Amino acid sequence: MIRDATSWDSLTPVLLQSIQETVFMVAVTLVIAGAAGLIVGAVLYATRPGNLFANPVVFQTLNIVINLVRPIPFIIFLTAVGPLTKAVVGTTLGTTAAIVPMVVMATVVIARVVEQNLVAVDPGIVEAASAIGARRLGILFGVVIPEALAPLILGYTFMFIAVVDMSAMAGYIGGGGLGNFAIIYGYQQFDQGATWITVAIIVVIVQVGQFIGNRLAQRILRH
Amino acid sequence: MSSVISFEGVTKAFPGPKRAPELVAVDDVSLAVQAGSIVGVIGYSGAGKSTLVRLINGLEKPSSGSVNVLGVDVGTASPSVLRALRGRIGMIFQQFNLFNARTVRGNVGYPLKVAGWKRADIDRRVDELLDFVGIGDKASQHPRKLSGGQKQRVGIARAIATEPEILLADEATSALDPQTTAEVLALLRRINRQLGVTIVVITHQISIVHELCDQVIVMDGGRVVDSGETYRVFAHPEAALTERFVAAVTQGLPEGETLTALLSGGGVLLSVDVNEVTTEDIAAVLDAHGLRGTVVYGGVTDVLGRQLGTLTYRIRAEQDAVRRAAAELSQRTKATIFTGADAHAAVGP
Repeated sequence: MIRDATSWDSLTPVLLQSIQETVFMVAVTLVIAGAAGLIVGAVLYATRPGNLFANPVVFQTLNIVINLVRPIPFIIFLTAVGPLTKAVVGTTLGTTAAIVPMVVMATVVIARVVEQNLVAVDPGIVEAASAIGARRLGILFGVVIPEALAPLILGYTFMFIAVVDMSAMAGYIGGGGLGNFAIIYGYQQFDQGATWITVAIIVVIVQVGQFIGNRLAQRILRH
Repeated sequence: MSSVISFEGVTKAFPGPKRAPELVAVDDVSLAVQAGSIVGVIGYSGAGKSTLVRLINGLEKPSSGSVNVLGVDVGTASPSVLRALRGRIGMIFQQFNLFNARTVRGNVGYPLKVAGWKRADIDRRVDELLDFVGIGDKASQHPRKLSGGQKQRVGIARAIATEPEILLADEATSALDPQTTAEVLALLRRINRQLGVTIVVITHQISIVHELCDQVIVMDGGRVVDSGETYRVFAHPEAALTERFVAAVTQGLPEGETLTALLSGGGVLLSVDVNEVTTEDIAAVLDAHGLRGTVVYGGVTDVLGRQLGTLTYRIRAEQDAVRRAAAELSQRTKATIFTGADAHAAVGP
């Protein structure tokens, strides 16, 4: 063990800093991509053939873009969108820079998750709202999305975990956070202890997220 | 009476998959529905009933022809005019189509919210509606917890919330058991009588038309093959499909092995259509001729309180006496005699 140079005394503040960075990246990504993904997913759903705002051009364009972006491995995507990141935040390094590719990828995935859950809403319910004379936007946000709320929450919980995963990879290219911590102190300095601590913390974060998501979805489903 | 719904030469075609020919769901239909009536649209599945009813509230637009509802040309109406019209037309569904994310109160109040009512007014109106449909105690429940009959009551309360002039019922009782069906039909009748709402009922069950509908429209392959006052349509069917619907409940004349078996029992068989005459009228005629008959085959159904069907009597008496009675009956309805000797001797209507 080469433990003299970096003792736990000096490592603890770095670890806390890393946790903070991870929570920051995940939170910002989830808020921005959560909102953007909801809108893009709702547009995908609504523009489908036969749906409220059926529009083949919009639907197919979004569909193709999402299908192109989604299969790109995130670690490659991080560097591929470098120019975009630089244009938005001025640098490709650091926590803030990592958020840009995370937001783009998470938006795309959330859009698909949202679309799939909205498509599963009984078209008869949409028809009932139409027959009542509700406006189309009113039906989309007042009927369709509330009907799909429980599976949407589970979908977002799933995305929370995926975003934690993304944040760890962002660490690899200098994004900071727990991924960065595990690589520098665990992998590069052969410190299994640091790696395991990171794993444990990530597991706790994921468990807490999953627990909250499950609880919320259950409360809605129990109606 | 004025007509609240009128179709003129209405055709609705849906594009077929790929290069397949288009599907004509409603084919050159013309009809008029009088204010305050209950009209049944009957036909097998795929006859175009559901499309027909969706043309009324503009959920479907006609491919050609004109649909006029409450003075609005549905085919050319702007979205805002169409939304306003839909506030005057309620609709209920086979699968209820309630909003699961809302309570019963939220479901029934939704059309009022859409119509821009104030919260307090909505609450008051919802209470009134739930009492009217008989589920006043369920306001805070979620639809998933209700029985089928209760769900349809919520659907009905929601459909009549804005005091519509027309109510469309799309197979509204097809998912319910017979007892609940009877209750829902009674509720629909009450809505028609008390609130003066014109009701269009779509069904594949002839019993519902018989119990509820003043007028009937028989559809087959997208076309209206028979229509008019319910008793008249079923008593004097113009289409083969109408005859099939009637025969399904009334059995008609005995044929084949059934007839042979009945004849082997002796006596004279007299079949009489209970059609514009009642079973009492028939009994009176037989009585006047000193005859007594026993019903051995057939069936009579009730169409809005009037009997309709065909009954076959076995009469143990002289053939000539039965013939004289049959001749008298045949002045008012159709009477047919079957004897052991000559298998089939009809006396015209």
